[in-house]
Amino acid sequence: MNSEQSEEHAPERDGRPIGRRVFLGTLGLGALGVVAAPALQRGVEGFLGGVAGKDPTGLTGLLPNGGGFRYYSVAASVPHKTAADYRLTLDGLVDHPRGYTLDELRALPRTRLVKDVQCVTGWRVPGTPFEGVRLSHLLDAAGVRPSAKALRFTCFDGTYTESLTLDQARRPDVLVALRMQDKDIGHDHGGPVRLYVAPMYFYKSAKWLSGITVTDRVQPGYWENLGYDVDAWVGRSNGRGDEPTS
Amino acid sequence: MSLRAETPAPPSARVHRFTRAERWVHRATAALMGVCVVTAAVLYVPQLAVLVGRRELVVRVHECAGLALPVPVLLGLASRAFRADLRFLNRFGPHDRVWLRAASRRDRRHGSRPAGKFNAGQKVYAAWIAGATLVMLGTGLMMWFTRLTPLMWRTSATFVHDWLALTIGVVLAGHIGMALGDPEARRGLRTGTVSEEWANREHPLWRP
Repeated sequence: MNSEQSEEHAPERDGRPIGRRVFLGTLGLGALGVVAAPALQRGVEGFLGGVAGKDPTGLTGLLPNGGGFRYYSVAASVPHKTAADYRLTLDGLVDHPRGYTLDELRALPRTRLVKDVQCVTGWRVPGTPFEGVRLSHLLDAAGVRPSAKALRFTCFDGTYTESLTLDQARRPDVLVALRMQDKDIGHDHGGPVRLYVAPMYFYKSAKWLSGITVTDRVQPGYWENLGYDVDAWVGRSNGRGDEPTS
Repeated sequence: MSLRAETPAPPSARVHRFTRAERWVHRATAALMGVCVVTAAVLYVPQLAVLVGRRELVVRVHECAGLALPVPVLLGLASRAFRADLRFLNRFGPHDRVWLRAASRRDRRHGSRPAGKFNAGQKVYAAWIAGATLVMLGTGLMMWFTRLTPLMWRTSATFVHDWLALTIGVVLAGHIGMALGDPEARRGLRTGTVSEEWANREHPLWRP
């Protein structure tokens, strides 16, 4: 063995630079992955969407784009509100500004819609029931003044804001939602009351809704100040081509 | 340096394997990777996301740990011993092909797994995790600084970041699992020396 020592030394130091090739190859695959992501994502979603329906363990929900909702909050912490302390205020350019308790909202006529939810980051949850009061109903009751052009939404997480034009807000598929998936909306999903804007990407459907102010111009919301489209129609904004949801 | 060549050492003799610089590069990288994995789990797994508030803080810690992840390796380049290790990791000789073939056959006999200072599996892992870390850094920066790139890219970067994170989690678990199964390899990274018997068995072609 000792006589071979010098020959053995050679491969240890002077072999082929495969390590560098693996390193650069991984980098290249990563870059290719970013380029091919839209096509790959559609394939993965299609596959996992099919599997998730037959998966009793729910483990596919943990995979990227494996279906189901993801929890996003931009605030450090979000207070819990119940029927006892929840208030929704409606003010700004209206004749009758007022506040609603949760019970008052629940007493109003309800609309139930079942449509897909599409997030701008790619995940989509098919056929999700939302139930609540049409926003147009609240606006009509408040008496919108002629100078009004838009709405600004604020949330009791203290941070998030959203906006809609008056025409968008009056659509019949825009709700002040009280129920989701046929349950009262829980805290994690933005309960007790969240906005539901069916035809737009889900960041428009502000969670933990606490204030609606009628304004004379659109004031971009939280994500819109960070580069997202204000008019967030699914499939026709944010550089995405998703199937429309409503 | 040629400790083993000069002394016909007893089986209990210790062989020098890693300098302080090499050990600290591994330690710091492992710690930063650990922070990335834990914060990622909190941001990603719904059950944990709901448990941990102060999401902005978790995001900031994740970003800073990710940004710092390549720093220990870059600092390590100042060490001659670490640079020599990188060279060993990069170069694949004929024995590495033998090792990989044995591994693919699940042949665990030491005779069929020749290795220098690092075996072929360790070399492939090192090169892959280095590349994967930089891909995570690149896609992470695209998600972080939304104004740098078009939104379309950001969505694609999120897709790659998510799936590669899952892959890294699995590979990292394998890396840690193999370390748990080899106390002498861990002792080498903790103290810098390994037993001569272990060195001869696991890395027969290594000439310290």
